[in-house]
Amino acid sequence: MTRYIIRRLLSAIPLVLGIATIVFFAVNLAPGDPTLYFLSPGMTQDVIEQMRVNFGLDQPVHVRYLRWLGAMLTGDFGYSISHSRPVLEVLMDFLPNTLVLSACALFVAFLFGIIIGTIQAVRQYSVMDSSMSVVLLFFYSMPSFWLALMLILTLSLFARNVWDLPIWFPASGIVSVDYDFLTLSEKVRDRVMHLVLPTLSLALVLTAGIARYMRGSMLEVIRQDYIRTAKAKGLSEAVVVFKHALRNALIPVITLVGLYIPVLFSGTIFIETIFAWPGMGRTIYDAIFIRDYPLVMAGTFFFAIMVVVANLIADVLYAVIDPRIRYE
Amino acid sequence: MSDRSLAGRRRWRVVSTVLPGLPQVLMGRWGAGWTVLLTWLGCLWVVMAHYERVVGALGGGWDQNLALGTLVVSLTLAWTWSWRDVSGSDESKDVGVSQWDLAVRAFSKNRTAVVGLIVIIGLYLVALLTPLLAPYDPTFQGDLITERYVGLSATHPLGTDNYARDVLSRLLYGARISLAIGFVAVSISVSVGTLLGAVAGFMGGIVDAMIMRFVDIVISFPRLVLLITIIGLFGSSIFMIVAVLGLTLWPGTARIVRGEVLSLREREFIQAATALGYSKRRIILRHLIPNALGPVIVAATLGIGNTIVLEAGLSFLGLGVQPPTPSWGTMVAVGRDDLLGAWWLSTFPGLAIVFTVLSFNLVGDGLRDALDPRLRT
Repeated sequence: MTRYIIRRLLSAIPLVLGIATIVFFAVNLAPGDPTLYFLSPGMTQDVIEQMRVNFGLDQPVHVRYLRWLGAMLTGDFGYSISHSRPVLEVLMDFLPNTLVLSACALFVAFLFGIIIGTIQAVRQYSVMDSSMSVVLLFFYSMPSFWLALMLILTLSLFARNVWDLPIWFPASGIVSVDYDFLTLSEKVRDRVMHLVLPTLSLALVLTAGIARYMRGSMLEVIRQDYIRTAKAKGLSEAVVVFKHALRNALIPVITLVGLYIPVLFSGTIFIETIFAWPGMGRTIYDAIFIRDYPLVMAGTFFFAIMVVVANLIADVLYAVIDPRIRYE
Repeated sequence: MSDRSLAGRRRWRVVSTVLPGLPQVLMGRWGAGWTVLLTWLGCLWVVMAHYERVVGALGGGWDQNLALGTLVVSLTLAWTWSWRDVSGSDESKDVGVSQWDLAVRAFSKNRTAVVGLIVIIGLYLVALLTPLLAPYDPTFQGDLITERYVGLSATHPLGTDNYARDVLSRLLYGARISLAIGFVAVSISVSVGTLLGAVAGFMGGIVDAMIMRFVDIVISFPRLVLLITIIGLFGSSIFMIVAVLGLTLWPGTARIVRGEVLSLREREFIQAATALGYSKRRIILRHLIPNALGPVIVAATLGIGNTIVLEAGLSFLGLGVQPPTPSWGTMVAVGRDDLLGAWWLSTFPGLAIVFTVLSFNLVGDGLRDALDPRLRT
């Protein structure tokens, strides 16, 4: 097992190198450069040249490329041009917000997905099964940004202004304006309330995929002999399903974590923009338009690395959980 | 089918002349039947309801001529297909049933998938016929003071937007962008992916390693992050969007094809082809790729839906199709400005996206079941 993990880790190294290379060339081959951000009509050519020297843009491409690779090893990703702070510092400010949002979404998606998929499999071909399939496929086909707007429209705007519902969810930001004046329990409540809509918009689209997969996996398991044995022993259906079948049905679902992480991160760009959530996705999106090259490169690189890490974890988990699988 | 006498056939012919597709629906082949019947009725309705426009389109621009052409072609196709089907001989029906025939039969039995297919055909027809259908020009602005943010009404069935443009017309024209971009981008990615996947699987060794490592790298990026980085920095144009969408989707296809080819490579018919001394190019193009096509078709169908969502997303972020060209993603974004006051602005383009993608997903699922012999019942 240790050998497998080590080999898996080693194989990630060329992957990381390749990712760094693609990020560098995608950004540096693009027309225009960061000095455009500071450009003003009264500027002389000398000032622009000096600025290019300061940013290290006067160096030839291969020198900048090597410097970028070196940056990865030392963790020094340079200075963010728009934030006027080290890139790493900027990213560390926004990364936790993205991670909280992604983790909540992942948790909700898997929880709902596993429950719905199990119910569907146990009651295969029932009205519930087919109607759930239709609803799930509907969500599966939905762009997350539209779902987010519809959730804002119904659960926030209409709920508060038109329908006068007792409960409605805030549609922007991470905390309320008066957050600092709240008591501790109110603070927790405030944060949770702000998390609900972004989490739902990210999670519902994923839930559909997970439930479909879970249904298939569960169907395969409950047809096996040991399940029939368990039923023949006289165990109740709930015990058979949740204690015997669920464990084995969950194994293939783990691979979905690795598969859905990129989808989730793609989604955060929309969700963070729509909900004014101060996270990585929105930061990169903003940085692209200001041509803040160091921030764009480091941000994109971070996203890709997190995907690689998530895949690694999923693979290792898969090997740990299922002893039937031998990796040699 | 021997009970179909000559007299019976003549009766079907009469029905087919007026309503092509109806005989097939009544004979139980409702998938093909409804497709043809609905196409026929829809096109006839366009001709009758918008008669002046159809006539006026004769001297119009290229898109009006395209619409006219589509109208004529689909009417002719629907009519002749039904006619030939009804009057064709029965004998040759059951001889020489190919894998594709079996797949078509399996697909036709899947009702939801057939509905999805009919919706897709309808969408493409609507996209092509838009100049004859849309009540207004998509960029036509009404009176900015009185006709801005008008709700659902008889003159504007889906309301108007912030520039007093008709939402329904923009929705219809937006279908063109989404469907065209989805189709072209997926065509690019499927061609590239199939070819590279087949080469990697067949050649093995260093070529395989190089291609698949590159695939791993591209797959590691959250796709949207890569897309907005490239499009944001290089600038946005339709050509750019199609190219980038196409060139970021192919790794998935390449993986699928490589897997298929790896198992096909060991089969006897490939050994036979090698023994016959065929060139590698010929083996890949003529023997491997056609046999690996099933999963590719499924992936492509699902990919079109996926790409439509991504294109809408890019447009939503302002990186896609640039205004005033209507695009579903941009229209959803416009609605964000006044979500409470003009809820219809974001809702309907979004629903259009959902139903389009839903149809592609239904057809993709149906194709998966139909093309995989193991899943066939």
